[in-house]
Amino acid sequence: MANPFAIQTSIEDGISIITLEGFVDAHTAPQFENAVQAEIDAGRHRIIVNCEKLNYISSAGLGVFMSFIEELRERDGDLKICGLVPKVKHTFEILGFQDIFEMLDDQPTAMRHFTAS
Amino acid sequence: MAAIERKFTLQVPSSTENLALIRDFVTSVGRQARMNDDDISNLELAVDEACANVIEHAYGHDISKEVIVRAIFDEEELRISVIDTGLGFDPAKIEPTTVEQLVSQRKSGGLGIRLIKSLMDVVSYEIIPGQKNELHMTKKIRKEEADQQDQ
Repeated sequence: MANPFAIQTSIEDGISIITLEGFVDAHTAPQFENAVQAEIDAGRHRIIVNCEKLNYISSAGLGVFMSFIEELRERDGDLKICGLVPKVKHTFEILGFQDIFEMLDDQPTAMRHFTAS
Repeated sequence: MAAIERKFTLQVPSSTENLALIRDFVTSVGRQARMNDDDISNLELAVDEACANVIEHAYGHDISKEVIVRAIFDEEELRISVIDTGLGFDPAKIEPTTVEQLVSQRKSGGLGIRLIKSLMDVVSYEIIPGQKNELHMTKKIRKEEADQQDQ
């Protein structure tokens, strides 16, 4: 089945980097949700979601971003998005995510935004 | 010359595992209709959203049920319907909430219908309670060739 999806979490300078690859839809979004929840459970509230290799996202994936952002910000953290390819960025923008989330060009820029704040 | 309609139907078990198959089907039909790549992407996402709603809400992940995707196109437009026999819902009863409201309520749902309406030209519902539900979506065809000639 042509539905490749991979997710990887790493920690750099105390910031969690969740890297999404392939297709996030209603089938794969729960893995993304679990990954974000695992960081929160571990007390890590500064998260960057690296989307450089993300080819596709549906509302199931977008909902994961939405459902955690308030909790993270309440705990003095944030969830920043980086590396969106134009097609995927378009999906985020249809729903107005650019007004709610910081969407940065790449991971180093997102890291700098965390360390500067 | 009369416009020739072409019809395609996909019927799959109600499982999110099949969303990739549904997207491939929709992309293939969009290419046959010679839609441009951006519109094919929009169509793919809209149908994914519609089918995910059926799988999760109308059928409650009951894999013994089936989701039907029917596509018809001619020179002018592509009409696509997602059909189920599950629990129908009245879209008029969905309260229009902003994304900001959903965020403050920590809700992850409510985005699918919003996306479908943004991505497609015409969206309508046909609900026969206890029998079947049909979500009809139409997209005007803007062909790749026409785009290239415009440039």
